[in-house]
Amino acid sequence: MQWETVIGLEIHVQLATDSKIFSGASTAYGANPNTQACAVDLGLPGVLPVLNKDAVRMAAMFGLAVGANVAERSVFDRKNYFYPDSPKGYQISQLEFPIVEHGTLDIVLGDGSRKTIGITRAHLEEDAGKSLHEEFPDSTGIDLNRCGTPLIEIVSEPDMRTAEEAVAYMKKIHSIVRYLGISDGNMQEGSFRCDANVSIRPKGQEEFGTRTETKNLNSFRFVERAINHEVERQIDVLEEGGRIVQETRLYDANKDETRSMRSKEEANDYRYFPDPDLLPVIIEPEFIEELRKQLPELPTEKIIRFKKDYDLSEYDAENLAMSKETAEYFEEVARVSKEKADSKALPKIYKLAANWVLGDLSAALHQDGLEIENSPVSASMLAGLLGRIEDNTISSKIAKEVFQAMWSGEGDVDVIIEAKGLKQITDSGEIEALVEQVVNDNPGQVEQYRSGKDKVFGFFVGQVMKLSKGKANPKQVNDLLKEKLK
Amino acid sequence: MHELSVSQLVDGLRNGEFSSVELTQCFVDRMQKFNDLNAFITELSERALLQAAHADKLIKDNQHSLLTGVPIAHKDIFCMHGVKTSCGSKMLDNFIAPYDATVVEKLDQAGCVTIGRTNMDEFAMGSSNESSYYGTVKNPWNKDRVPGGSSGGSAAAVAARIAPLATGTDTGGSIRQPAALCGITGLKPTYGRVSRFGMIAYASSLDQGGPFGKSAEDCAYMLQAMAGFDEKDSTSLDKPVPEYTQLLNASLHDSLKGKVIGVPEEYFSEGLSADVKRVIENAIAWYEQQGCEIKSISLPNTKLAIPAYYVIAPAECSSNLSRFDGVRYGYRCDEPQDLRDLYDRSRSEGFGDEVKRRIMIGTYALSAGYYDAYYLKAQQIRRLISEDFKKAFEQVDVILGPTTPEPAFKIGEKTADPVTMYLSDIYTISINLAGVPAMSVPCGFVNDQQSDLPVGMQLIGNYFEEEKLLNFAHQYQLDTDWHKKSPSGFE
Repeated sequence: MQWETVIGLEIHVQLATDSKIFSGASTAYGANPNTQACAVDLGLPGVLPVLNKDAVRMAAMFGLAVGANVAERSVFDRKNYFYPDSPKGYQISQLEFPIVEHGTLDIVLGDGSRKTIGITRAHLEEDAGKSLHEEFPDSTGIDLNRCGTPLIEIVSEPDMRTAEEAVAYMKKIHSIVRYLGISDGNMQEGSFRCDANVSIRPKGQEEFGTRTETKNLNSFRFVERAINHEVERQIDVLEEGGRIVQETRLYDANKDETRSMRSKEEANDYRYFPDPDLLPVIIEPEFIEELRKQLPELPTEKIIRFKKDYDLSEYDAENLAMSKETAEYFEEVARVSKEKADSKALPKIYKLAANWVLGDLSAALHQDGLEIENSPVSASMLAGLLGRIEDNTISSKIAKEVFQAMWSGEGDVDVIIEAKGLKQITDSGEIEALVEQVVNDNPGQVEQYRSGKDKVFGFFVGQVMKLSKGKANPKQVNDLLKEKLK
Repeated sequence: MHELSVSQLVDGLRNGEFSSVELTQCFVDRMQKFNDLNAFITELSERALLQAAHADKLIKDNQHSLLTGVPIAHKDIFCMHGVKTSCGSKMLDNFIAPYDATVVEKLDQAGCVTIGRTNMDEFAMGSSNESSYYGTVKNPWNKDRVPGGSSGGSAAAVAARIAPLATGTDTGGSIRQPAALCGITGLKPTYGRVSRFGMIAYASSLDQGGPFGKSAEDCAYMLQAMAGFDEKDSTSLDKPVPEYTQLLNASLHDSLKGKVIGVPEEYFSEGLSADVKRVIENAIAWYEQQGCEIKSISLPNTKLAIPAYYVIAPAECSSNLSRFDGVRYGYRCDEPQDLRDLYDRSRSEGFGDEVKRRIMIGTYALSAGYYDAYYLKAQQIRRLISEDFKKAFEQVDVILGPTTPEPAFKIGEKTADPVTMYLSDIYTISINLAGVPAMSVPCGFVNDQQSDLPVGMQLIGNYFEEEKLLNFAHQYQLDTDWHKKSPSGFE
């Protein structure tokens, strides 16, 4: 049987507010346990929550960025459950009246095709603390530093059909929250995590199959692997005549498998009710209009502009715009180039810049585990390198050597070319001499070429380049060789 | 000194007739002398005398505030920095609050001297003070009787002249009912008038702190210091606080003539003791003699108030009390076997029966499948009750009726039957559901089994019209002396 996968994601995003959603304690990551938990976070008797307006602003910004309705009135509810890292015995969340509803997001897949994914809702809530099981034998440590950190939980429609789509959607959300500056999106620190709802159904069937929810996926790779595993597992179960149980599952990255946490029957009754300590959140239309004006350029608009302004391909534009910092780096390269280079040369430089940022630079960053903001080769250094490629001072091949030298901190492009004597040979007399030497040294190959074996031409080019230590201008070598071999 | 009004105390302190240390010593002595009433959970005598010495210095330096040097007692529900704050429960018997409730802070700033922490029903759940982990408080008028609840310790302390002022909280009548049963004056302000920050929550949407005093004038002084917006309480209202004390004096010239008093027929039907009814009718007659128009009105949804309250308040309480889990502070059972055992035994052993009963009712009412039938329905009733009051206040200035259906009952009389106990709040509960202000004012006595027991009338006002209530009560007290009577043995 042909199966179709149906995926919906719930993404938890920690908001980058200075203080917590209902208290004045700091949200900074990495402090000693329980040093950033005040009386409100500890759930002491008599304390009351006071809503952080900045969290509301950030959630509303997200809503605007995905074309959603930002509710004029939203309501906080209590989700009641006992757990040691939930000090009040309830989490303050939003159930019936979330702050954001009905958004959409476009994703682009590997084959260049586009798809629109629906966003059902995004609501504000507080994060829980952490239970530390490993450090303490026979007991559990509780760290309440994270307790009360503001979150938005973004719930998608069940619109995704493959793990690839799910990852593309998750990356796009990640990109948007970073663009908006409402989250650092740091997945290792848990600022951005995802639960995946997965079900399968026979292809062509309208109604959904029974779904499972896989919890706490904190990397793009885990999401992809967890979904693929879950799909395989569900297919196996159904094809062996079994039935899928609605349940919560946990992805174990070490074993690379999902396993059951609890079934629907064991699920908690959270006894939600409106939190009487908090008034409904009223957002005036003027506030929304003000926020709309403050919205930064988002990936979708940036892609359109990149294609137009820099004449980039869809693929290049999409990939450059995915990360705000990468896009900023690229635009800085473009800006510096525009100041220095001839305007006729710019289209070629822009194309080169896209290739270098997404290619060599990205690979080097990845290898050294660096973020682009901390690249040893700054945007203006890279612009200098591209200028020297464009004006034929160096070939693309030599450029890679120069780039490595720049990466190791040996200086700017011109310093390195000079020091290493890498300047391209463009003097036609000098090249002609090299060409003549190669032609004279290889009479056999000359014979072959002249008798119609065109492929041998590459051999001559190689020999000349070798003789010039890679510095001869390849175009001139080509032209002169063709003439000599006539 | 213990019979003086707050304004007399303030004047006496400022004129040097007595010092705050002398005054505080007088009340501290009485606190110790009458400790058989069990009105206090914690006595703060030494601390109070230090505070009093400081107050004397401020007065001497002419740096005094509204109530500098005046003793007060705090209900053990208001967190007080460095002081045990038990809320009448074993659960918090070991809890030393690390911060001040806003009410405590404000009264401190106004210059009050705190002599002790008063007994109360456990987590403010009760109408007789019998649910306290620290034992029942005795009514100064008759020690076999309850003082009312949940603020029974505060009411008994003021009635026995152990403290001139005391704080209370009122979720369904917990200020007004004990004020009535102890023959003193108590005010529950409009919801949102007084900050709830640091006041241990029972039912957040109903809880409201307020003053106990001998008279309306005393309450006006105290409310002046307590009331006001607090950025730490999102449900407190950002509305300027009127000058209650000055308005009270100005209103001496503001005749009651032509004012309209609504008398709700539902408050005089079955269940009201004939003796209490007669006393209330006398009070109504007094207002009529002053030229007030007495108008019979209807609050048709009154009978729904108790069922609605006993869904909403337990629902909120079941959630509010979840934080008492034995993990971070408060009572923890011995040698828990695992997490579940820790929760189960800490809560089973730490909470008393009435608290457990309400947690269970509330948990049930919020459960999946029952939420609509109980919680939502109760909220609809709550809106109807608010509408009743809104309509009534389109026609009347204040509403007048009994505070309780009968005078103080005997200790142990109602503990076996919670529903009978719940009915003692029948006239007070709807006021909390609507959120309007109300006060209880002493207006006479009834004789029950050879015992004279005080009766309170309830004055109910429109939202934020505390000054109108205070004026109605003050005028009455200028012409009557019910509020000046003290129980025998405590003169």
